[in-house]
Amino acid sequence: MTKEELKYKLGEISREAAFDETGEFLNVIIPSPELLPLIKPLRLNKEFYFDYLFCITCVDWKDYLSMVYHLTSTLHRHTCVVQATITDVHCPQIESVSGIWKTAELNENEIYDLFGVTFLNHPNLRRLFLGDQWKGYPLRKDYTDEHMILL
Amino acid sequence: MKKGKEENKIVFPGQLHESPEGGMLVTKLDEIVNWARSNSLWPLIFGTSCCAIEMMHAAGAKYDWSRFGFEVARATPRQADLIIVAGTIVMKMAPVLKRLYDQMPDPKYVIAMGACTISGGPFFYNTYSVVKGVDHIIPVDVYIPGCPPRPEALLHGMIALQEKIKHQPVFRKNKKEIHHDERRIKI
Repeated sequence: MTKEELKYKLGEISREAAFDETGEFLNVIIPSPELLPLIKPLRLNKEFYFDYLFCITCVDWKDYLSMVYHLTSTLHRHTCVVQATITDVHCPQIESVSGIWKTAELNENEIYDLFGVTFLNHPNLRRLFLGDQWKGYPLRKDYTDEHMILL
Repeated sequence: MKKGKEENKIVFPGQLHESPEGGMLVTKLDEIVNWARSNSLWPLIFGTSCCAIEMMHAAGAKYDWSRFGFEVARATPRQADLIIVAGTIVMKMAPVLKRLYDQMPDPKYVIAMGACTISGGPFFYNTYSVVKGVDHIIPVDVYIPGCPPRPEALLHGMIALQEKIKHQPVFRKNKKEIHHDERRIKI
């Protein structure tokens, strides 16, 4: 499917979706509660068939967080990027996609570890790299550590 | 030692007195033990990032550190007496490095290779995970600056370590201080 076709079909699924076509891939920007209703058809629907989630990222924009999902289809060879905006920075929560793509399980653990995003319905949400005693989430912009970070 | 014909020979500490029955060597125990120690340093195979690549070059055919007695690189700390800390040490690696060092038999020596092991390198100011200098964890004998240092610099540092060993007392305990700074690291 071309970018234009994807954009048209995705607009039909989610009315709240905004689109950004400046990058290499089509970006779909949605609020975080809209994630599962949008992303499930992307995996299950035969004409999308996004069977490969190749990257999950979290971005801290200070007043909100973005979860970025890079999806591609090994069948149709098309790619799109779903960006879910989390407005609550103090207690960020989003639905886990590990039930749809198993690979998301460890990625979401990592994001929980470094950004503190809680993934609802995640089978085993835990600190992945840092110890269980670690306080705070080091990749957040407001993270401070007076012993380690000097500037 | 005599110069000239014997110039290419390994400089042996002491004086050889020849006699009809063979000969006699007059030397100091410190000097001869240190001579042996410094000329057969066994480095531990240990590298955590790009400095390790330069270290491998120093071991390879072009720079060939076996010319100076370092050829027996060991894969276990229990058989090594030199650890070249080549690369960034993060907080998670710090206890492992300490344990490796503790497992090495005395006498043991440490070379801090590159900016990361000296001070935390490019990660000095703004990272939550990097140890700001390996001397917070283990005592360092020789520091080699660079990012990463060239193999020649590493060889120079290793030869400097040999010179240092040659001037150390063998039996008096050599006190090594760790510049332990509570503010920077908690292990």
